[in-house]
Amino acid sequence: MTDIPAVRLKRRHAAERRFRVIGLVAIVMALGVLAVLLTTVIVKSSSAFVGAQIALDVTFDADAIDPADLGAADWQGLAKKAAEARFGVGDDRRLVRSAGAMLSSGAAEDLRKLVQSDPSVIGGTRRVWVTASVDVDQTMKGHVPADPDADGARLNAAQMEWLTALRASGDAALHFNRRLFTSGDSREPELAGLWGAVVGSLYSLTITLAISFPIGVAAAIYLEEFAPRNKFTHVIEVNINNLAAVPSIVFGLLGLEIFLNVFGLPRSAPLVGGLVLALICLPTIIIAGRAALKAVPPSIRQAAQGLGASKLQTVTHHVLPLAMPGVLTGTILGMAHALGESAPLLMIGMVAFIVDIPRTPLDPAAVLPVQVFLWADSPERAFVEKTSAAIIVLLVFLALMNLAAILLRKKFERRW
Amino acid sequence: MSQHTVKSFDEELSHLANILARMGGLAEAQLASALQALSRRDSELAARVVASDQRIDELEQEVQNFTVRMLALRQPVAADLRHIVAALKISSEIERIGDYAANVAKRALVLNQLPAVKPLSAVLHMATLVQEILKEVLDATVEQDLDKAIRVWNRDEEVDDMYTGLFRELLTYMMEDPRTITACSHLMFMAKNIERIGDHATNIAEVLHFVVNGTALKGARPKGGGGGLDIEGGH
Amino acid sequence: MTDTEHHVSKAKVSARDVNVHYGEKHALKHVDLEIREGEVTALIGPSGCGKSTFLRCINRMNDLVDTARVSGELVLDGQDIYHPSVDVVQLRARVGMVFQKPNPFPKSIYDNVAYGPRIHGLANDKTELDEIVRSSLEKAGLLGEVEDRLQEAGTGLSGGQQQRLCIARAIAVAPEVILMDEPCSALDPIATAKVEELIDELRENFTIVIVTHSMQQAARVSQRTAFFHLGELIEVGDTERIFTNPRHPLTQGYITGRFG
Ligand SMILES: Nc1ncnc2c1ncn2[C@@H]1O[C@H](COP(=O)(O)OP(=O)(O)OP(=O)(O)O)[C@@H](O)[C@H]1O
Ligand SMILES: [Mg+2]
Repeated sequence: MTDIPAVRLKRRHAAERRFRVIGLVAIVMALGVLAVLLTTVIVKSSSAFVGAQIALDVTFDADAIDPADLGAADWQGLAKKAAEARFGVGDDRRLVRSAGAMLSSGAAEDLRKLVQSDPSVIGGTRRVWVTASVDVDQTMKGHVPADPDADGARLNAAQMEWLTALRASGDAALHFNRRLFTSGDSREPELAGLWGAVVGSLYSLTITLAISFPIGVAAAIYLEEFAPRNKFTHVIEVNINNLAAVPSIVFGLLGLEIFLNVFGLPRSAPLVGGLVLALICLPTIIIAGRAALKAVPPSIRQAAQGLGASKLQTVTHHVLPLAMPGVLTGTILGMAHALGESAPLLMIGMVAFIVDIPRTPLDPAAVLPVQVFLWADSPERAFVEKTSAAIIVLLVFLALMNLAAILLRKKFERRW
Repeated sequence: MSQHTVKSFDEELSHLANILARMGGLAEAQLASALQALSRRDSELAARVVASDQRIDELEQEVQNFTVRMLALRQPVAADLRHIVAALKISSEIERIGDYAANVAKRALVLNQLPAVKPLSAVLHMATLVQEILKEVLDATVEQDLDKAIRVWNRDEEVDDMYTGLFRELLTYMMEDPRTITACSHLMFMAKNIERIGDHATNIAEVLHFVVNGTALKGARPKGGGGGLDIEGGH
Repeated sequence: MTDTEHHVSKAKVSARDVNVHYGEKHALKHVDLEIREGEVTALIGPSGCGKSTFLRCINRMNDLVDTARVSGELVLDGQDIYHPSVDVVQLRARVGMVFQKPNPFPKSIYDNVAYGPRIHGLANDKTELDEIVRSSLEKAGLLGEVEDRLQEAGTGLSGGQQQRLCIARAIAVAPEVILMDEPCSALDPIATAKVEELIDELRENFTIVIVTHSMQQAARVSQRTAFFHLGELIEVGDTERIFTNPRHPLTQGYITGRFG
């Protein structure tokens, strides 16, 4: 008689242990995969945050530079001249070309910026760090073979010789790549930056938040607190739940049709991107918002209404503040979802190659995920590391948003 | 009435009723024995009656403890409350009845030492009536029979009348033959005790009315009037 | 079954033939009941007999239940509570409610009590509001215990203190009638005693209706007791009489604990 329960008990304990082990294994596996993913991305991206630079003694010829119109000067010519002088190429046309190819077209910008910030250098000679060409950059990072004869080598024998000499004298080095965070996209990998995409994403998300949060919260409140329970609201409810599961590209098509074709809003603009993303966010916010409102104990509503608060007062004074942490969590989830979304944005033309940093939400812009997509698609070897760097920036962006969410939630929770 | 949801409550209530029934039976027996001792001039029996009065006192104590306990633990209301409070009151009434019976027995002991006097038979006659009343009221208590109780209550008048008559008779007797004064005054106290037993029986009937109806028995309580009372006041 | 025992005070609330349906369920059947001014009326009866339902009719909390339908006449001071011209918000300011489970707002003690006066605009400035809060807490017998921590969370108080806070919160609106739905069911005997003592004191200024499952409590705090059974009002009368000599066998059976 007493043996049977004992056996059962043993079996129950065994089942519980088994379940725990399975759960643990699942978590360890998930963490492992995440760790592998993160390490690959981080390892791959690390070299993108630095770029090769060469120190040259540049003579800022007063005749060639008009202080009133800096843009007109042949900056690249100055840099090339300095390089030719440094490498001692003489008149050999082939060597002259090789020397010029050691420099990036960004060298001109480096010089111009220097003069802009310090006009006194005009007429003198200065040792300046200028951006090296992508070939030098990739060779220095070891991404392409250093042996000029090897397959896939980018530098010829003369260039390799110069580079070795430069490195020996400390005149070639990998420095922090400021351009990555300050400039827009470019065809030249060493000049390409993420700032345009970051600004585009910021604009889009701001618009998304500004539209989806109020509408979503209002809808959630209406449906949960005010709407009568009938067939009609039931249908709405089901549809909202379904919307959350609709593939995002469909929203892109919708945006293309309505915002671009019907309303004639500009293509590639963060405004339209934000609108489309807002559509994607809305169901998530509404569903999470309703769940959060539902979780507020009914006793609070009764207490308020028993004191003579109107329904709206009950909601705004008591229910919503208590539901806020949950609502915010839902919103951030939706926003994070929107931030990572690229497919619908492709539909509204946000996949265009845009060099300029957008100044208003109406300017054409890229967003981070699309930038990742564009760079990943590029055949240029140097864009591989850039892609990883863009992913890292995207992740940091996400992490910052989540942090903001947690801080906001903490703030609301402290009000009990 | 139907059963309590808590069964032990019912058990306690019936236990209480049992003790009361036992007390009632004892008191009846005590009275009967005392009267027998008187009529048969049986001093031994009288002594036994005096001794066993203690039993009734003990039972009353038991009722008191038990009701206090029930009041504290059960917090009874309505009919239950009335029952329990009534048990307390009835037990003390019966205890008084027991005391009077013992007192009659005590006086019988003295009377047995003296020569017999004639009015004894009249006292015994009144005692028979009181015995009947007592029996009936105790039955009514056990059966919760309100009609019976009211009948008893009304009969108290008879006892009072009888007592008044007896009082006059004894007085006349004593005046005729002063030698009988000692015996007759004992008889007179006995008659008074027996009359008091009747009063307590009516009290029990009143309590019973309260138990069953929740209200006091209305109307003037039947009270024997006349000279007897005046003289009693002089004691 | 209204009875004509000593009519001390006039009726504050009277229900005439009140019926409540929850969808198909007839939860309250033809209830006629008078709540007298300045008295504590206790509603007793087995679970599900409609005590809370009746209570919630008095401040129209049943409006919040979609399926609930109320018919019949409920009159507060001569005015029909369910008349279309009656503003529910106004009504609930006149008829306050204290619930079974203490339900303070997750705000400070001060804000809990100040909430009602704020939404009804009962105070013109901060000093007046302070005064209302203090006097309400005082009346609820809580001021001494919380005086130095008015800004702390109301939810951080003990259960009994929370319930008294809820009473203070209800009093702060200066209602005429206070409805209490099993206010002590979650409290220990000491806290219960304090709340009961409070109810006794409040009787001077308010008319109180209390639902309770404790016969002793009904007996202790109320002057009148109404017994409900299966949605019907079976018996109402002076508490003293109901507990010593109930007339209806159902009442008798219920209060002595022999239901069946
Ligand atoms: N919102 C509701 N919807 C449907 N039926 C309800 C609702 N509220 C109460 N009822 C029903 O109405 C009847 C009376 O309920 P009520 O809450 O008034 O009982 P009660 O006397 O307060 O019981 P308790 O003592 O358990 O609180 C019950 O049968 C209950 O099932
Ligand atoms: Mg209830």
